[in-house]
Amino acid sequence: MDDVSFTVEPGRLTGLLGPNGAGKTTTVSMIAGLSSPERGSVLVDGHVLSGDTNPMKRKIGLVPQDLALYEELTARDNLRFFGALYGLSGTALDRAMTSALTLVGLADRARDRVKSFSGGMKRRLNLAAGLLHDPDILLLDEPTVGVDPQSRNAIFDNLEELKRRGKALLYTTHYMEEAERLADRIVVIDAGKVVANDTLAGLYAGVKDAGGAVSLEAVFLTLTGRSLRD
Amino acid sequence: MSLTAFFAMVRKDLVLFLSDRRSVIVAFAVPIFIGSFIGSITGGDRRNGRPRVNVAIADEDGSAISKAIVAGAQADENLNVTITTGGEVKERVKNGTIAVGAIIPPGFGEGSMRSLVQSAETKPQLAVFYDPSRTIEVGLVQGVLTQHVMGAIAKAMGAPRPSLPFTISAEPMTSRENVPYNGYAHSFAGMGIQFLLFSALNLGIEMLVERDRGLWARLRSAPVSRFLIVGGKIASITTISLMTLLVSFGFAMLVFKVRIEGSVIGFLAVSIACSMMAAGFGLLIAAVGNSPKTARGVSTLASLVMVMLGGAWVPTFVFPKWLQQVTVIVPVRWAVDGLDATTWRGLGVSSAVVPTLALLGFAAAFTAIALVRFRWEER
Repeated sequence: MDDVSFTVEPGRLTGLLGPNGAGKTTTVSMIAGLSSPERGSVLVDGHVLSGDTNPMKRKIGLVPQDLALYEELTARDNLRFFGALYGLSGTALDRAMTSALTLVGLADRARDRVKSFSGGMKRRLNLAAGLLHDPDILLLDEPTVGVDPQSRNAIFDNLEELKRRGKALLYTTHYMEEAERLADRIVVIDAGKVVANDTLAGLYAGVKDAGGAVSLEAVFLTLTGRSLRD
Repeated sequence: MSLTAFFAMVRKDLVLFLSDRRSVIVAFAVPIFIGSFIGSITGGDRRNGRPRVNVAIADEDGSAISKAIVAGAQADENLNVTITTGGEVKERVKNGTIAVGAIIPPGFGEGSMRSLVQSAETKPQLAVFYDPSRTIEVGLVQGVLTQHVMGAIAKAMGAPRPSLPFTISAEPMTSRENVPYNGYAHSFAGMGIQFLLFSALNLGIEMLVERDRGLWARLRSAPVSRFLIVGGKIASITTISLMTLLVSFGFAMLVFKVRIEGSVIGFLAVSIACSMMAAGFGLLIAAVGNSPKTARGVSTLASLVMVMLGGAWVPTFVFPKWLQQVTVIVPVRWAVDGLDATTWRGLGVSSAVVPTLALLGFAAAFTAIALVRFRWEER
């Protein structure tokens, strides 16, 4: 990564776009505390985020690209474990689990093992696990990979609801139509550098000025080029 | 928050372990099965006396002397005698059904009487056949039969039964009187340790699987320290390893009457230290393994070598002298010695001190190397 800097704000969804290998997941990993930047820092409410046990980490929820769930455990036991990592226990944990499961529409499957879930249900539970401790900032790393349109739509509804609740969302994706539907602001990175950071309208305007077609995909290809990235 | 997260990690690992039928079978049922098998062929429970050597005897002579030899052999506490034909004796030895067979040829009784008083005459021959893979038994059978032949001849001559001008007292040597050897104690210790290591190995590999599946990322994104994560893993692997060992021993105590004849505290200390050593081993696998697949192959081989050299399959006293000395660097050796000492040897708590300390030393070393090698950051 090279001098990457952007801000995510409460009640808004920032789309983080980039070709394969651009550095989207690395950026998310640094914000989540999974890897350390050589230079620079991550600020949460003006406080530097560093160290494994920094209390500011409670303000961040991670929804990894992988389905980070224990297949042999029930949905509830998965959430019980992830909630306990944030110090939740007793009735507070029960409430948080019920709330998260209700939001993603899995309350009636709480006692079923995850291995019996469809891909879409697993994706929704993956989202619920990141929400359990009611974080202010949610990092979503390609949260809709491999799900059917119905589940994808349900996830979009969940994200809209989270925006209404004032959460700051950072959303990485390869699907331009998702960013067009959800994002209030778009950050495009390529080869570890920010190549655009603007609202959707601002990005469109830039391309219009260059005489291109008005779509996020056109903007993206204009910014990152058409050469294949493997 | 720390304790909540710590207990959640241990609970999660226990629930995952118990919900995986394959892991449970490997941890509990397989060591019981193999321990029972090895225990039964290596002496078993000797409360009812020493094991006997199976011998087939064919009496082709039919004389009073040969009949007295057979009767003496049948009454001997060292032998378990089957009477059969000469052809059957050879056949049974050849196919390995028995270790030793003997044929008393026609005229043996009369000829042996004659040769005793006329030393120049050709001596009759008692034919003994033995399985070449079991040479230890043949020496014992030859000695026992010689004793009964001499007794039978003396009886036939009306002379007093010849006896040695001394007696030998043979006593199983443990720390206290009436502490019998029970082969199941050693076999269950060995198999318990082997499968305890396998359980720890599986849990270590499970950490690599967790990393592959993104679970590690979720764990690391939470505000928990590395110390807590490692501590939680050590606690859960130690608990599951200890369960593996204690369930095996519990079965042996119930079914095969294995007893902790020595110090119970010493036994528990060795068991817990061994489980902590296994936990360190599991962490080490997770730290140095590149992928679950490659880690499983290498670590299974390492476990088997440790178990073999540690005397879990066969006692280390059958090893060459140099190997007995070298194997002190194998942690399993200390675990087996400690459990043997506190179970059938009936030794006190002092016998468990050195094995316990050695095992804790291995646990600390494995954990320290794991911590140094562990890849905490995501690539």
